[in-house]
Amino acid sequence: MSPFFIITAVVTLLGAAFAMSLRNLVHCALAMAVAFSGIAALYLQLDAQFVGFAEILVYVGAIAILIVFAILLTRSGEAPEKSVLTSGWMAGIAVSAMVFTMLGWAVLNSSAIPKGTPPAPVATVKNVGDALMTKFVLPLEIIGLVLTAAMIGAVIIALKEEKK
Amino acid sequence: MTITDYDAGLLFFFAVGGAVEVSVFMAGWSSRNKYSLLGAMRAIAQMVSYEIPLILSAVTVVMVVGSLNLSEIVKHQNNYTFGIAHWHLFTPWGLVGFILFFIASLAESNRTPFDLPEAESEIIAGYFTEYSGFKFALFFLGEYLGMFAIIGLGITLFLGGWTSPVSFLTWIPSYIWFLSKLMAIVFVFIWIRGTLPRLRMDQLMNFAWKFMLPLALINILVAGIWHYMAADWQRWLVCSLIIFGAYAILGRGLMQNQNFGKRIYRYAE
Repeated sequence: MSPFFIITAVVTLLGAAFAMSLRNLVHCALAMAVAFSGIAALYLQLDAQFVGFAEILVYVGAIAILIVFAILLTRSGEAPEKSVLTSGWMAGIAVSAMVFTMLGWAVLNSSAIPKGTPPAPVATVKNVGDALMTKFVLPLEIIGLVLTAAMIGAVIIALKEEKK
Repeated sequence: MTITDYDAGLLFFFAVGGAVEVSVFMAGWSSRNKYSLLGAMRAIAQMVSYEIPLILSAVTVVMVVGSLNLSEIVKHQNNYTFGIAHWHLFTPWGLVGFILFFIASLAESNRTPFDLPEAESEIIAGYFTEYSGFKFALFFLGEYLGMFAIIGLGITLFLGGWTSPVSFLTWIPSYIWFLSKLMAIVFVFIWIRGTLPRLRMDQLMNFAWKFMLPLALINILVAGIWHYMAADWQRWLVCSLIIFGAYAILGRGLMQNQNFGKRIYRYAE
């Protein structure tokens, strides 16, 4: 493990933890933006340039901003006085750690996954684009259709109802 | 003149540009000031709206060149027919793309007529009201650097980067070409600031969503047609007609329900 990986991993995990536990919702959203940037840095470290930059463009540039916008437009008021975590958070961590151990053990001992490190695949931005436009063009179109439908639905919900 | 030859150069630029919104919001929100927050909210709304036509107008270039690599894009424009360069500006889709890109880059760098986020007369400089001295200088330096960077990208995409427009001037060094193009467009930016008044918020949003976005989408279609038609005068005619028709229809749609009569003041008279 390189020091760069350790630093980005720690920053990502801290960002995610703060996003869950801070009292002020805007702080949570900004912490989540930190976590997204950390994930993007991890992708870039793996030479996945397309995914890394798309992560920054979409998640930091659009989704974090959208969440912040929604927070500011819907609720005003001060942060809650007491902690936002419920009292059973220790039990929650214990359960999730057990599930993680179980899944990790199952994955590591599975016969379906080849042992050893596979050779690094060549995935340049050009290859990703070619694959999206040839082999995976149908899934891409379907995703576009679903997103368009969601957008039309959002517009219809936001439309003013005509008074009769 | 390239420092690094990066395969995903265009994507890198837009990813970095997309992260600007977060920093503007953090500056405005953390000031704990009504006007700063208003400025930050305006900035987010404006930047998110104009980022879409900005990226879509650059997509046409990527479609025609077939690469996200910025030096590949310049190389593609570095050919001459009858002594005139193959700049993307000199094609129907490229002209529309460049104009859309130019307007969207004015909005992305918060320049007049899109300076609503920092409107001095309305919200006292918006998101950096509370910042003075060195921090203020950093904001302004960042803003102007962003402006130069986005102009440089526009030159690379549409104006042939460091190449000469006519073949008999190719002896002039590339850095002089690039810098003179950069300075010319910066001049236009400052010229526009001295000429046009600020838009209203509803005009800003209507223009982005009802005019620029549809025109950018139609422009992508036109670039596809341009790529697949034979290289003769017919594709010039077809592409120009589609673009002109779309421009006329969208412009009329934008002008509907607008009353351009004498302004009536309710309280001032």
